[in-house]
Amino acid sequence: MSTAAALLALAGALLALIGSLGLARLGTFYERVHPPTLGTTLGTALILIGSMLHFGALESRPVLHEILIGVFMTLTTPVTYMLLVRAALHREPGSSDG
Amino acid sequence: MSHELFAATLSLAQLLIGLAMVLALYRLLRGPRAQDRVLALDTLYVDAMLLMLAYGMKTGTGLYFEAALVIGMLGFVSTAALAKFLLRGEVIE
Repeated sequence: MSTAAALLALAGALLALIGSLGLARLGTFYERVHPPTLGTTLGTALILIGSMLHFGALESRPVLHEILIGVFMTLTTPVTYMLLVRAALHREPGSSDG
Repeated sequence: MSHELFAATLSLAQLLIGLAMVLALYRLLRGPRAQDRVLALDTLYVDAMLLMLAYGMKTGTGLYFEAALVIGMLGFVSTAALAKFLLRGEVIE
């Protein structure tokens, strides 16, 4: 059980790394907005599921408070990125390479 | 035996998240414009939250969950405030 939790955490960390790699490598701002969401959504979800499994096995009762972070990240990530892209559009109207 | 494998896998996960933070830091320092830097800061705090969660799993203490929750909340507020500043030139009008 704990090995499965560690593998889930490893997969989540790999997704976060791929997201940051895209952030560092891609060319324009509007391309760079996309990759970090890989780490914020699926990467966070995998690590949270791994944490739930691990602490559930450790305390031999269902541990569910990690859902709080999951719901919070799911709600806030689109809001911040919409604000940020709107700010970028405002700073450079009509142009697509920030 | 199984516990050693668990700790080694989580150490590898922490290493990968640390590498992700270095890449986000590169974009934070280099990013040609302010919105790139704000985006990199957002990625940096999400990676820090994941690092905290992985460390909490490794130690088996529930304490690090609360730290991760606080990092997530403060990161959201700071990114929203910075984006508002870029949009309007003021945070609170």
